[in-house]
Order: sequence, then structure tokens, then C-alpha cells
Amino acid sequence: MTARMFAYIPHKDGIVDDCAFELAAAARKIDPSASATAIITGWGAELDDACSALGAAYPEIWKIANEALAYPNAELVRKALLQVLPEKSIVLASHDHFGIDLAPGLSIKMNAAFVSDVVDLAAIESTGLNLVRQEFGGQVSAHVRCDIAAGAVITTRPGGFKAVEIGSGSVFVVDKSVGAGVLTARRRYLETVVAEAGDVDITKHSVLVSVGRGLQEKENVAIAQDLADAIGGAVSCSRPVVDAKWLEKSRQVGSSGKTVKPKVYLACGISGASQHLAGIKGSPLLIAINKNPKAPIFQVADVGIVDDVLEFMPALTNKVREMRTVAAK
Amino acid sequence: MEILVCVRRVPDTSENEIQLNSAGSDIERDDLIYSINEADNYAVEEALQIVARVGGDATVATVGGEDDEEVLRREMAMGAQSGVLISDEAFSGSDGSGIATILESFVRKGNYDLILTGVQAEDGAAQVGGMLAALLDYPFASLVNSIEVVDGKTLKISREIAGGNKEMNEIDLPCVLSIQTGISEPRYVGMRGIRQVASVPIPTYGLVELGLDAGSVGESAAKVRRVDYFLPELGKGAEILHGTREENVDRVLELVAAKGGLK
Repeated sequence: MTARMFAYIPHKDGIVDDCAFELAAAARKIDPSASATAIITGWGAELDDACSALGAAYPEIWKIANEALAYPNAELVRKALLQVLPEKSIVLASHDHFGIDLAPGLSIKMNAAFVSDVVDLAAIESTGLNLVRQEFGGQVSAHVRCDIAAGAVITTRPGGFKAVEIGSGSVFVVDKSVGAGVLTARRRYLETVVAEAGDVDITKHSVLVSVGRGLQEKENVAIAQDLADAIGGAVSCSRPVVDAKWLEKSRQVGSSGKTVKPKVYLACGISGASQHLAGIKGSPLLIAINKNPKAPIFQVADVGIVDDVLEFMPALTNKVREMRTVAAK
Repeated sequence: MEILVCVRRVPDTSENEIQLNSAGSDIERDDLIYSINEADNYAVEEALQIVARVGGDATVATVGGEDDEEVLRREMAMGAQSGVLISDEAFSGSDGSGIATILESFVRKGNYDLILTGVQAEDGAAQVGGMLAALLDYPFASLVNSIEVVDGKTLKISREIAGGNKEMNEIDLPCVLSIQTGISEPRYVGMRGIRQVASVPIPTYGLVELGLDAGSVGESAAKVRRVDYFLPELGKGAEILHGTREENVDRVLELVAAKGGLK
């Protein structure tokens, strides 16, 4: 193959993002006989720390050191990448809050094809790549064909590829800083505002009654709270519940909310979008209740019940209360 | 401030079970409930609130067909001053870059200070806003969850990043922002409101009006195309309980107790 593969590696405080090893795996699937070159941008000792961690997955690392890149600003990173990337490159990045900022515009400036949030792909053919994505909130998958004659920008779903360590561990860094040119942006980073703590810390509970859009209205939060009180847990939720202002942001589980590691996770009226599932760690017992038998949550749950949560939750609460009354006698 | 909001009419995934047609070439579109893409609706609300604060106009536009006029009227009933349908046979089969190219040509015909899109639509690609900005060579920010107008040249915005944290940025106008759900509370639209805008003319722009070259959009220009749809493999999938509600309740409590819950 002629196209050279690159993986853009985000990092923070000198630690590379988990996607580094997933992107290496995706590159291996595209071409089992080749490796991607890591591209990493930043400034100072943190950048060098991050580089040294990449030897485990990448035989070659291109580093772009520039004070303007100390905080990853997608507009500046794009400018820097465009200065150093060879024509017709295949660039891999993660479909996260930075990849969403960077990748679509990068593909336009490269005049290359763009496919985002890829969950699987097949080995490269002469001028094309065959990839798999999900649509309609994960309810259906699609095979996508992408013409790579002019290069491609591909973003992969976080957690979608099994991480691999394929490098020798030795670190070979090529300094591309000079090629990146002068960097000024029309969008300027000011500060990061850390999320407020909220009244309940859902990360500390071993049983979560987690509610989604199936709750239908704010008043029904009480039904979930009753169940959580009876069972001895806390109420958490998926994104639509926060968007609708039924619960505080601090209750949200997912990539843009909290990461939780409970023992039991009752997903009540939650469809199971990938961004939500990304927040559930530690392999809890996942019980899903949803009236839509096609809800993607049933693909990942241990136990599923096709029922209306507004009727099932009260039934569960009543039964627990009954058991507790009997036990108390 | 002149604001353009790019919107899309999509099957409502919260109201529909999505099924495939027998050939797997598309989803089964008969009997689907369509609505405005959720993030786009938040974008329109945000535009209306900005206009209410600093003045100006909000225009909604969609690339689509005649059926898509209904979402333009819905958003006009919310308060958008005008709606535009961007439609041409030549646009069909466009990939994300094709849609962005079509929108670019429309933007260049106007004088917009701010262009909003929803962060993503039903295909979850989250691509058109960033592509449109790059084509226009405007600055861009994705996943925007608050906007403050600083002056006629600058906005202060926040982006939703990991862990519920917010990344604060200053961005120069004109710019393109992709709007995350939850940024605002979209106002209710009643049938009466929709009736009030039912006869407002909605202009249509096609290939000729936009001065586009047929080869730059549509299927022939697309580098990316969907081959087919298929149902995701279930993996091991959930053990579905088929009992009565009472039986299911008992089983769930057994399982929870076995995991050390219910103490």
C-alpha cells in the first residue's frame, strides 16, 4: 500500500489517552503488515513524558512541540498537522470531544474522505476501506465504503477496538516542530470549569437505579427514588434526563458525565447509547428494563425485561418493602 | 446578529423501533414518526434567545426534500424569522462533505455572523458543522453548551468535555458552532403556532440558484457511501426474562441480593 497511516494521540499531564492503543489496533486491522506513526502535539516536559509511553504501540512517533499547543486547540492542531502530513495520508483519531472538534475540518483541508465513530473495519483494498458504524442510537449498524485515493480521516469509537501493544518498547521520536510553522487561532482557550459536585455522589454507591427517557416526565423521578430508597441505592440517569432538567448533571452516567463502578446497575428506560455505556465500568450486574425490545441496552445487559418502567419500578419497590416488613416481624 | 441554523428532519428514535427493509438497503420508513433532530431544536432555541438578547434574525435552513418543509415551519413557529429549503435532485447521495459544500454555497449568498448546527443527527456522524467551517474558513467549536455574546466580534462559549467539565473559549465571529443538547430549554410549539406560519412562503434553493457545479455534490462527488444496513450482532446479549411481571420482579430481586445488594 502507498498510503501512510498516522494516529493522533491526545494526552494530559504527560499521560497518553487510552485511545493510543486502540488506534494502533485499528491501524493493524487496516494493514496487518504496517504500523501507524503516532503524531503528538504539545509543549514542555509533559509532551516528552507522553512520547516515552508510546513506544509500546508505535515504532515511530512524530512530535510537534510548540508553546501554542500546550493546550490542545483543534484549530491550531489542524494547522500543525497540515504542515507535516504527507499527501494521501490516512489519519486516525478518537471520536471524543477533541476528535469531534478536529477531524471533520481536517478532512476538508486534506481533501480526504471522512468517516467518524467507526466500531469496526476490514483490511484495506486498493483504493478503499470498508468500515462499520452505528446509526439511530445504535439500533442499526451500517457497512460504509470509503474512497481513500486522496487520503482519509477516520475516527474510532472509544472502546471500540481492543487495545494492542505491538511496539518494541523502544522510543523513536522524530521532531517535526519546525515544520509546523507559526500558530495563531481565532478560537482561544480560556479555562476549564470543573463540574459541580452535586447532592449525591453516584460514584460511591454499589446499587444504581439509573433512569432514561423512558421516565417520560420529571414527576416520575420520585418513582425511581422510591425504588432506590427501598433497595438501598442511588438514582443516576442518562443524558436526556439531564437535558430535560429532570435531574442534575452530577447524576449523569456517561462519557460527558460520571464514570461509575457499581455492583448492580438497573437501567430503567435507558436505550443504551454508546456514550452512556462508556460511563459504566467494573462489569456490574446490568439489568435492563425497557419497553422497546430492540433497545441497544439489551445487547450489553446481563438480564433484560421488556416492560414499562413506570409500572415495573413500583412493582419492584412494593416487593422489596413487603420483604423488609416480613423480615422485620 | 444574523444567525443561520442548519436543521434536519429525522426519524425520532425515542418514538420508533427502527427496523430494516427486506433488502437491508435502508431502514423501513413506512409509518415512522419524524421530527426535528433533537440537537438542532436546541440550536434553534439558542439562536432565538441570542436574537432576543442582542437583536437580529434567525433563519432555519435544511438540505432535503418537500417533506422536510414541516420541520422548517415548526422552527418558524418557535420564532425563527425565515426558513429556506435547499433541495435539488442533484444533491441526492451526497456524503457529509457534499452536504457541507451545499451549505457553504448557501452561506456565501448571505451575510451571517453565526452559523449553528446540532452536534449530530441520526447517523451520529457529528461532521457537517466542522466541515462547513473548514470550507468557509471560519473558526469552529463543537459540543457547545453555552454562548455569551461579548461584542459584535467575539463570543464566549463553553464546550462539553469529559466528566461533565466545561472548556471555556473565546471565538471570533463569523464562526460555526455545533450545539449540544441541553444548552437551553426549547419552547413548546402548539398546533396554533404552526398554523400561523402555514402560509409563509419558504423559498427553495437548488443547484442553479446556489451556483454549484453538479460534479461537486451528490453521489458522484461522494467519497463515502453507505453500502447497506444490518442488525448489530447481539454478542451474548441479555437473558430476557419472559415471566409475568411478578415473576420478573422476584427474579430481579434474587439477582440483586446475590450480588450483595438489598442489605
